[in-house]
Amino acid sequence: MSVIAMRKEHLHELPAETAGEAPSRPRAFLDLSGVSIDFPTRKGPFRALNNVSLKIAKGEFVSIIGHSGCGKSTVLNIVAGLYQATEGGAILNGREVNQPGPERAVVFQNHALLPWLTCYQNVELAVKTVFKGRKNKREMREWIEHNLKLVHMDHAMHKYPAEISGGMKQRVGIARALAMEPSVLLMDEPFGALDALTRAHLQDSVMEIQADLNNTVIMVTHDVDEAVLLSDKIVMMTNGPAATVGEVLEVDLARPRDRLALASDERYNHFRSQVLSFLYERQRRPVE
Amino acid sequence: MSNKLINYLETAGLNWAVPVVRLCRGEDAREQASELFTKVGLPLIAVLVFLLVWSVGASQVKTSLGVLPGPAAVWHQAVNLYDEHQAQREKADAFYQRQEERNAAKLERNPDAEIKWRDYTGKPTFFDQIGTSLLTVFTGFVLASLIAIPVGVACGLSPKLYGAISPLVQIFKPVSPLAWLPIVTMVVSAVYISDDPLFQKSFITSAVTVTLCSLWPTLINTAVAVASIDKDWINVGRVIRLNWRTQVFKIAIPAALPMIFTGLRLSLGVGWMVLIAAEMLAQNPGLGKFVWDEFQNGSSDSLGRIMVAVITIGIIGFLLDWLMVTLQSLLSHQKPAGH
Ligand SMILES: Nc1ncnc2c1ncn2[C@@H]1O[C@H](COP(=O)(O)OP(=O)(O)OP(=O)(O)O)[C@@H](O)[C@H]1O
Ligand SMILES: [Mg+2]
Repeated sequence: MSVIAMRKEHLHELPAETAGEAPSRPRAFLDLSGVSIDFPTRKGPFRALNNVSLKIAKGEFVSIIGHSGCGKSTVLNIVAGLYQATEGGAILNGREVNQPGPERAVVFQNHALLPWLTCYQNVELAVKTVFKGRKNKREMREWIEHNLKLVHMDHAMHKYPAEISGGMKQRVGIARALAMEPSVLLMDEPFGALDALTRAHLQDSVMEIQADLNNTVIMVTHDVDEAVLLSDKIVMMTNGPAATVGEVLEVDLARPRDRLALASDERYNHFRSQVLSFLYERQRRPVE
Repeated sequence: MSNKLINYLETAGLNWAVPVVRLCRGEDAREQASELFTKVGLPLIAVLVFLLVWSVGASQVKTSLGVLPGPAAVWHQAVNLYDEHQAQREKADAFYQRQEERNAAKLERNPDAEIKWRDYTGKPTFFDQIGTSLLTVFTGFVLASLIAIPVGVACGLSPKLYGAISPLVQIFKPVSPLAWLPIVTMVVSAVYISDDPLFQKSFITSAVTVTLCSLWPTLINTAVAVASIDKDWINVGRVIRLNWRTQVFKIAIPAALPMIFTGLRLSLGVGWMVLIAAEMLAQNPGLGKFVWDEFQNGSSDSLGRIMVAVITIGIIGFLLDWLMVTLQSLLSHQKPAGH
């Protein structure tokens, strides 16, 4: 389709910096090329993203960081297939993305658990649909319990969302997404609504799971420390409107990472200051 | 154990009984006593004041049917109505027993004899009328809900459909049900023709009138509720790729349930009010007809009996509402706080 054609075109135009990967990696697992999106508004179309290109390899943990309103969620939603790009598009594993699907599971910012279902049933709803005809009843049950155990929620799986804490809800949201066995896990500020301690706890959980499963993850965040701690690659976005990828930072700190040890690590602090200087010097938010 | 009991009481809307349970459990007596006073004592005082004002005020009003009855006279009539009901019951029982004996004797003489069973045709008592009205309102209400909820869900899911039928809803919603009544009566008598009717025509007319006006609150609430479901929940369904049916039954309807119930509650309330008026106007059996008959009757007891009916209508309306609230807190996910 047209996206494929456009992608080739953009590969020529793109400056090396935004094209991202070194040429040694032949084909990206997830390839966003020349993505632009216009939102219809009363004052005519509003260009939120302009020419966003990004390549992500399999098993990579990528963070998207930028000022509020620049379009981070929009990028994620395009990859999820929840929004349709006006120009360009995303190609996952050689196939164009044009609708949502479980291979691109989403962890929503405010968990989005269905309050009338227990934690178990929330995960079950996904598993039953995704593995229909592929797993029998017992296998499904074991798979649901396995995923809840992964996020340390097996003790409360028969509680309703209203009966558990915010951090626990977010854990169940992650379990639900993981249970779909996604090729890419998409997380939109997954810990944004949590207090600092709970957030640190969940970040550790995510790193643990990541070490186990080696998922490909895209995470939107506001938090510089979170981005450096978790990511292999940090995508920094310019301010909107018509936001685009400003800079991509490779974070090649060894794993497993320990937040205490890293606090005094020179390279960690270097990465941190690079992100900070991008956000607060080059992309300083214009006074509104 | 008593915590569970308290939970049940709160779910059932019987908040006033909670301090009693707590008192029995030996919790801080003073606090519970003051709680009990606000929840039970104050309303009780208000009722007593009302009764006092009523009995004093009523004695001042002379009507062509005598003095307006006070609480004592009304209570007396309530007892009377109950006695009349019992008497009718006994008569009916006796009638059926005689019939049975007669038929048994007939069969004994000749096993092939033709046997006739007749229904007792006494005048319906006050309590029979209550039964009729309740049955009618539920029939109309259930019929309305069966139409309004699916249509409402469809409208909520499809803004185009909602836009299409919205003008019709806006026009029919404010129509007084009593304006419908003549049309419904004529249509029912024209369409509902049967030699051995399962239901009386008057029953159908009343029920359909209730349906016509209790459609709207449920329909509108359902449509708005479904249309305003949290976007994230819809997106969850899209990411999982739920099929259409699961999306409706597992996400849209549960999410909309609290508001659907609010609509149902309004509908049932409206239906009950309308039914009484329709029964009065159309002389269809039920509490409304009872009131009208008593009014026409014009005996010295009539006003008292009408007041019994008025109070009964109020209490039943209140109980219906309570039923809906309890159902709502049992069925929908917005559990009362502390659950
Ligand atoms: N559905 C929409 N219709 C119109 N404009 C939209 C829509 N969604 C997003 N926008 C606009 O696009 C821009 C980017 O929004 P987006 O939600 O992606 O920002 P964000 O970076 O995720 O912000 P935050 O960090 O606050 O979540 C904003 O200016 C927003 O107003
Ligand atoms: Mg966002």
